[in-house]
Amino acid sequence: MAKLKSVTRLLLPIISFLLLWQILSSLEILNPQFLPSPLNVGRELVDSLINQNLLVDVFASLKRVVIGFLIAAVLGIGIGLFAGFNRATANFVTPLIELFRPIPPIAWIPLAILWFGLGDKPAYFLVFLGAFFPIFTNVLFGVTAVEETYKRAAYSLGATRRHFITDILIPASLPHIFTGMRIGLGVGWIVVITAELVGAQSGLGYMIQFNRLLLETPKVIVGMVVIGIIGFLMNKLMVQLEHKLVPWKKSEQTSRL
Amino acid sequence: MKVKFQNVSKSFNRRNTSSAIEVLRDLSFEVKESEFFCIVGPSGCGKSTIINLVAGFFPPDSGEVNVDGKAITKPSASRTVVFQDYALFPWKTVAENIEFGLKCANVDKEQRLQMVKKLAEKVRLEQFLDHYPDELSGGMKQRVAIARAFAVKPSIILMDEPFASLDQQTRDILQEELVGFQNELSQTILFVTHNIEEALFLGDKVLVLSHRPAHIKFFINVPFPKPRSPDIRNDPQFLKLKHEIWHSLREEVI
Repeated sequence: MAKLKSVTRLLLPIISFLLLWQILSSLEILNPQFLPSPLNVGRELVDSLINQNLLVDVFASLKRVVIGFLIAAVLGIGIGLFAGFNRATANFVTPLIELFRPIPPIAWIPLAILWFGLGDKPAYFLVFLGAFFPIFTNVLFGVTAVEETYKRAAYSLGATRRHFITDILIPASLPHIFTGMRIGLGVGWIVVITAELVGAQSGLGYMIQFNRLLLETPKVIVGMVVIGIIGFLMNKLMVQLEHKLVPWKKSEQTSRL
Repeated sequence: MKVKFQNVSKSFNRRNTSSAIEVLRDLSFEVKESEFFCIVGPSGCGKSTIINLVAGFFPPDSGEVNVDGKAITKPSASRTVVFQDYALFPWKTVAENIEFGLKCANVDKEQRLQMVKKLAEKVRLEQFLDHYPDELSGGMKQRVAIARAFAVKPSIILMDEPFASLDQQTRDILQEELVGFQNELSQTILFVTHNIEEALFLGDKVLVLSHRPAHIKFFINVPFPKPRSPDIRNDPQFLKLKHEIWHSLREEVI
């Protein structure tokens, strides 16, 4: 019953939105050249799923975001934890991070192409740039925000530095690590699509750009819809993973989506 | 002597100013082996500072704090602490919390599990070993914290207003349990509270402190034998002592 309720809560606004859109299209208030009807878009979606062109692009984009994100996660968590344990490292890297962070990954596109050529490699690099900063900053914050009372409790129970790191610092900062990864993956997904708009021969961003030139507006919208759905699912996946790995956090304390 | 405070003074800097708050001034007292030693005083008189000094969380400005004849330099499992806000690790289950000190002491897994089980039975939490602290009531959390502090067989256990955030019934029950363990194990305990009745019910000796900077107003050797029945709370002599301390503290609070 509760499950049904939450499904309705999710679907009701979406169905209402599609219905309004369809009505406006049917009444010819919306120009199909500018905005095709949802039925039209749906038909295109089914077609492109059948002839599998869409899946090729989905796979290309996913591969880029996953690889770039994994590099960012490994380095972001690694450097973040290290900086969290070691004040000198934190003091050294923080100004650099703060200086590079405001540069949007998109602004790196020219350099990325110059350094890595065309293809997947510049995309890995750009996704890495997008995902690294939120991961790093959240991990560092998580480690430095460990409450004083846990430190006192641990050391007065005989903790060595090793036990303190493995049993206190890391689990205490795990929720922050997950927050960083969730945000990082979201940013990475945005970045990969944007990068594909400019310099790629495959992927959802490329597919949108290509169909724009052919004036195939329904296909452009199909691409947008798929991007939205995948982004939503990736976020969901991270939340599920967090529930699994951070079982002591009650559900209301983590994000609801 | 278990604990020896010798002319200890401690001040803290006020945030953003150069003025300091003097918390302890020239404080000296001793705690004997196996003694349940209670310190009672008005809020903010520096009771917690005494606990923190013995725990080794910071050093005194002057004077000496000795435990087992040695000056304290840093925290150690020979001086475990029970905090008012429990300070249980929320990412560890009840069993893992109790186990933590044993794990740090490199006790092997088998033996650890046995000790955890025994302690959990003692604090009546054997049904909750796999629960996380957030799933427990305040009284249960503090039982876990007490089991955790006893687990490593410390030389002394330091308790900083451990029952202050519990309701009256839970507090009474935990006091009775604690006084039982302490007696059974002859564990030395240094216990700080602002609750006079609590200090008298638990303590072999009660030290009454003045307002900040804390100095000693007087000692009471509590005359009731152990194990103690809950009924002594209504004993005329108990009430008389309680009244006496209350009178003395009244001047300090006003």
